[in-house]
Amino acid sequence: MESANSEWVSIRDLSYSRGERVIFDNISLNIPRGKIVAIMGPSGSGKTTLLQLISAQLYPDSGVCTFDGVNVHELSPKKLFELRKRMGMLFQSGGLFSNLNVFENVAFPLREHTRLSEEMIHDLVLMKLNAVGLRGATELMPGELSGGMARRVAFARALILDPEMMMLDEPFTGQDPITMGVLVKLIREVHDALGLTTIIVSHDVAETASIADYIYLILNGEVVASGTSEEMLHHQHPAVVQFMHGLPDGVVPFQYPAREFAEDLAL
Amino acid sequence: MIGAIQNLGRSTLNNCQQFGAAGIFLGRVLFRWPRVKSALPLLIEQLYFVGVLSLLIVIVSGLFIGMVLGLQGVNTLARFSAQAQLGQLVALSVVRELGPVVTALLFAGRAGSALTAEIGLMRATDQIASMEMMAVDPLWRVISPRFWAGFISMPILAMIFSVVAIWGGYLVGVEWMGVDVGAFWSNMQSAVDFQKDIVNGIIKSVVFGAAVTWIAVFQGFNAEPTAPGISLATTRSVVYSSLVVLGLDFVLTAIMLKGW
Amino acid sequence: MRNRFLELWVGLFMIAGFLALVYLATHVSGLTHFSDDGSYRLTAEFDNIGALKARAPVRVAGVTIGRVETIQLDEKNYRAVVKLLIDDGNKLPKDTAAHILTEGILGSNYISLAPGFEEIALVGGDVIATTHSAMILENLIGQLLFKVKEK
Repeated sequence: MESANSEWVSIRDLSYSRGERVIFDNISLNIPRGKIVAIMGPSGSGKTTLLQLISAQLYPDSGVCTFDGVNVHELSPKKLFELRKRMGMLFQSGGLFSNLNVFENVAFPLREHTRLSEEMIHDLVLMKLNAVGLRGATELMPGELSGGMARRVAFARALILDPEMMMLDEPFTGQDPITMGVLVKLIREVHDALGLTTIIVSHDVAETASIADYIYLILNGEVVASGTSEEMLHHQHPAVVQFMHGLPDGVVPFQYPAREFAEDLAL
Repeated sequence: MIGAIQNLGRSTLNNCQQFGAAGIFLGRVLFRWPRVKSALPLLIEQLYFVGVLSLLIVIVSGLFIGMVLGLQGVNTLARFSAQAQLGQLVALSVVRELGPVVTALLFAGRAGSALTAEIGLMRATDQIASMEMMAVDPLWRVISPRFWAGFISMPILAMIFSVVAIWGGYLVGVEWMGVDVGAFWSNMQSAVDFQKDIVNGIIKSVVFGAAVTWIAVFQGFNAEPTAPGISLATTRSVVYSSLVVLGLDFVLTAIMLKGW
Repeated sequence: MRNRFLELWVGLFMIAGFLALVYLATHVSGLTHFSDDGSYRLTAEFDNIGALKARAPVRVAGVTIGRVETIQLDEKNYRAVVKLLIDDGNKLPKDTAAHILTEGILGSNYISLAPGFEEIALVGGDVIATTHSAMILENLIGQLLFKVKEK
């Protein structure tokens, strides 16, 4: 079912609520093939939820989400598992298995889904670890890794089955500048080298804008703006301006909704 | 007043729903065709963590309980000059009731809570989600081995408890309090029936093992992926397991005493 | 290597469990005493067996030589039919009598066999001719009260 069009992931009129809170209200997005697309927005705007909807970990209230022409939410569990092998996902906390060392963590998908010999597994794992710069760390346990190193190992693990699409959930959050530089370089190089389609969910404007081909800004469950990094940085919409340049007060107010100050002080 | 009734109704419905969810969960865990070659190492690993590591607490508790039974038994039986019946008292109490029940409670506290916390933590650090994204079924890889390990370990632990407790009773009763050694063992052997007492005890411990492990694993899998969430799930797991074990014990004892 | 360690302990664990089961079966319950080969069956009928139960001991001069196997009611003459399992090594004369006695005061009932003087021995399937029923405490007290009243 290979489709020749450039829409690799397509989201149409998607709505999703969690309890009383409406998280997405009829949003539509396109992720073209072979590009790095960033989905940005303030904390709590549902960016991670969007990734979960694309990978069918969550089911929407209405709307259609397709991957390579296939509606992901209509697949049987077996077909869904097959589809997921073509996607790699990097979680915010890495998601490394705490009882396996680095080598075993990266080898895990190979052991589960392929019947390759030990030598082949060994070589493949070392190749991927080399790509992320951690070939020497094979014996370490996840508890012994720093946050940045753990994320790089998780990245290697997500790449081991040579997926066609990578989804990265907040890869830069909470990292020191050096690690951020490393991650930015890695994501761009691996994307180009393997011809991936990459979706980055983040709110680190500078880092993400430097490698993204296209950016979607989501606020209050809607796509407020979209464009290339250049276009977004010069965008005039007040919400975009506030977000891209980190202004403390604007469309997203500084004060949490409250009564008049005079009332509160009982004047 | 109406509000209280409404709340009661709502929480009852919630509990029924939870119970149903737990039942479906159990079904999905149990009825999977195991790929034996890859399943066995997982099972063995879990048998170690769940079973072998519980041995110490089971043996120590068994010893103390047996010894206390010996002491109390001799003390009370002495009033009827029936100390010779001590063997039978200790053996029947332990094999029929204390063995399965106390072992189950200890198991819930040690292994059950560990399972809940471990699975809850795996959820919180996205390990379960990663597995799903890697097209590996976490129910099969994480939950199922732990469930079967608990199911198999419980009867073994209960039997070891029983043996150690009886020996503890022997130590106190015969060696210390001077009950006649021959009377101790022969009265015990004539009073304890293999089918009615020992096999029933084993059946009880198998049922308890299934219940405790099921509750522990379910609570862990459905915990809120936050620190307070995991803590709450662990507490719930121990409390629910204990109550269910005691309740099932009553039901099973009633059925068994009436004859199958 | 870590696997070996785990497997070793798990193996020991399961062996320990199995041994515990065997120990419980043999030393705690009387399982071994109840083997069919090496014993022969005798039948005895009683008017009243009192509180005699299955697996109660069968003793001669206080020495246990067998067990009560089953207890049933004979529908024709309303007597209790008791089957005894006697160890092969013990031979009993044909005119042995069976009594039902009580162990101590609070104890349970058991069968005591008093051997006679015949030369021919009982064999498997034989019926014990002379039997004495259990002493029922209530009857005794009743008789005693009656006698006292008579005086």
